[in-house]
Amino acid sequence: MTDLRDLYQQVILDHNRSPRNFRKVSGANRSAEGSNPICGDVVTVELRLEGDVIRDIGFQGTGCAISQASASLMTEAIKGKPRDEAEALFRAFHGMVTGSAAAAPDRDTLGKLLALGGVRQFPARVKCANLPWHAMHAALRGRAQPVSTEEGA
Amino acid sequence: MTSLGHTAPPPARREAFDVKRVRGDFPILRRSVGGGPLTYLDNAATSQKPRCVVEAVCRYYEEQSANIHRGVYRLSAEATAGHDMAREKVRDFLNAGATEEIVFVRGTTEAINLVAQSYARPRLRAGDEIVLTVMEHHSNIVPWQLVCQATGARLRVVPIEDDGTLRLDAYEELLGKRTRLVAAVHVSNSLGTINPVKQLVALAHARGIPVLLDGAQAAPHVPIDVQDLGCDFYAVSGHKMFGPTGIGALYGKLALLEEMPPYQGGGDMIRSVRFEKTRYAPPPSRFEAGTPHLAGAAGLAAAIDYLRSVDPQGRAEHEDDLLRYAADALAAVAGVQLIGTATPKVAIVSFVMDGVHPHDVGTVLDQRGICIRTGHHCTQPLMERLGVPATARASFAFYNTREEIDRLVAAVAEAREVFAG
Repeated sequence: MTDLRDLYQQVILDHNRSPRNFRKVSGANRSAEGSNPICGDVVTVELRLEGDVIRDIGFQGTGCAISQASASLMTEAIKGKPRDEAEALFRAFHGMVTGSAAAAPDRDTLGKLLALGGVRQFPARVKCANLPWHAMHAALRGRAQPVSTEEGA
Repeated sequence: MTSLGHTAPPPARREAFDVKRVRGDFPILRRSVGGGPLTYLDNAATSQKPRCVVEAVCRYYEEQSANIHRGVYRLSAEATAGHDMAREKVRDFLNAGATEEIVFVRGTTEAINLVAQSYARPRLRAGDEIVLTVMEHHSNIVPWQLVCQATGARLRVVPIEDDGTLRLDAYEELLGKRTRLVAAVHVSNSLGTINPVKQLVALAHARGIPVLLDGAQAAPHVPIDVQDLGCDFYAVSGHKMFGPTGIGALYGKLALLEEMPPYQGGGDMIRSVRFEKTRYAPPPSRFEAGTPHLAGAAGLAAAIDYLRSVDPQGRAEHEDDLLRYAADALAAVAGVQLIGTATPKVAIVSFVMDGVHPHDVGTVLDQRGICIRTGHHCTQPLMERLGVPATARASFAFYNTREEIDRLVAAVAEAREVFAG
């Protein structure tokens, strides 16, 4: 039996209890809503892009510990990063939680996000972890329509 | 709910309900998950199947497989007779007046879509109204939205009390000059509330308004008598009443079915086909285009036979006991709040926990082999009304036990611990 602590690591419990950057972003010029129609979870990601750099990012919404912690950790990891680095992180994170990454997760790139690696063993929860990242990705692309976990991404 | 089924022969001498013996009838309940016993508490999503149902499906394929209403050969005649008998069993289960009033469908969802498209759509005009309740499953909302979009009709929604009781006063007020149909759930899948459907039907009929009842959750728990209820349409799903997936039934009053145009076109629903004009078969064939789910119907018939064989009063009393036991034990866990405490209700317990999202509760329980449903249960408007994004829901069948509830409650307390601090 998989250990629950593999999934619910302290970092995740902490970010779930006290999510970072759970707020609106002043002067936001990009935003996107992500939703999981299967469970009803909704997260809105706002960011302020200055040139090619994500100067600020925040999120709001309701969801499980995995989606809340994922969103919180994401905002910390991405704030201040150039957009191409954010996109690279999106791909690395996606690869880690779906187990589709060709190589082992790059520990240096992912940093604290490694705490969400346990999601891989819980297939029903992978979408929870990915939800805020898809919203961030959509916001960066300036997408107007809400993004859903049920699209082929 | 402890009333006897209408057609159940009263047992000469009632024996105590023997849950252990009943569990032996369900092969899946023997399996383990991750080294522990399977604790299946998601019966409102789908129920498990007794061996006799699985065998009936197999028997069809192994011994009877042939198309119906076609062959002159014996095998086809046997398949036809088997299918007719299955229809008769469903008629008896719902206590419909005539076999022709039973239309085989894929399930409750298809039954409601059939009524929406074939009964409602041709009759509705802009400004007409369909009355629903706020506790409807999406399958009793979206089909009506589709016909509203096509006709300009609109939905009116009956509210509930905070405990999940339907507001009858508001219901009566909503029945107006433009109401063309009431579509209401008999038993709520999210809360377990048993709605006073006989009263809903009487109030609507007093104004000449027909009523469709969604019986998906009622069928496994309460006796159904469509003649006593007086409803015009009643929909059930086989898989929620211990039968196979992909088969269900729509009951419709014959006079209404006879007036309705076909839902789908194809073989087996016609009297004669010419390119100039096709004449349709009478009900129920008119609504059953194409080769039906013959094996499914055989399995559904076996499920009905099985339900008959297990003392209905014993089942009902056992389920009542499970409901009380589970509700009391869960409510005693710190931070747990029950959602839906109306009476009467079936053995469904929805709950939320302070600081722990239902999905996380579900994952912790899954690690202990306990299957519950978490989310909005396809009742998003109801969740919105109750002010919760989602709930955790344990739903019981007569084969569940107090020991399983003990495991559930221990795991819920464990979830609390994981997230405490």
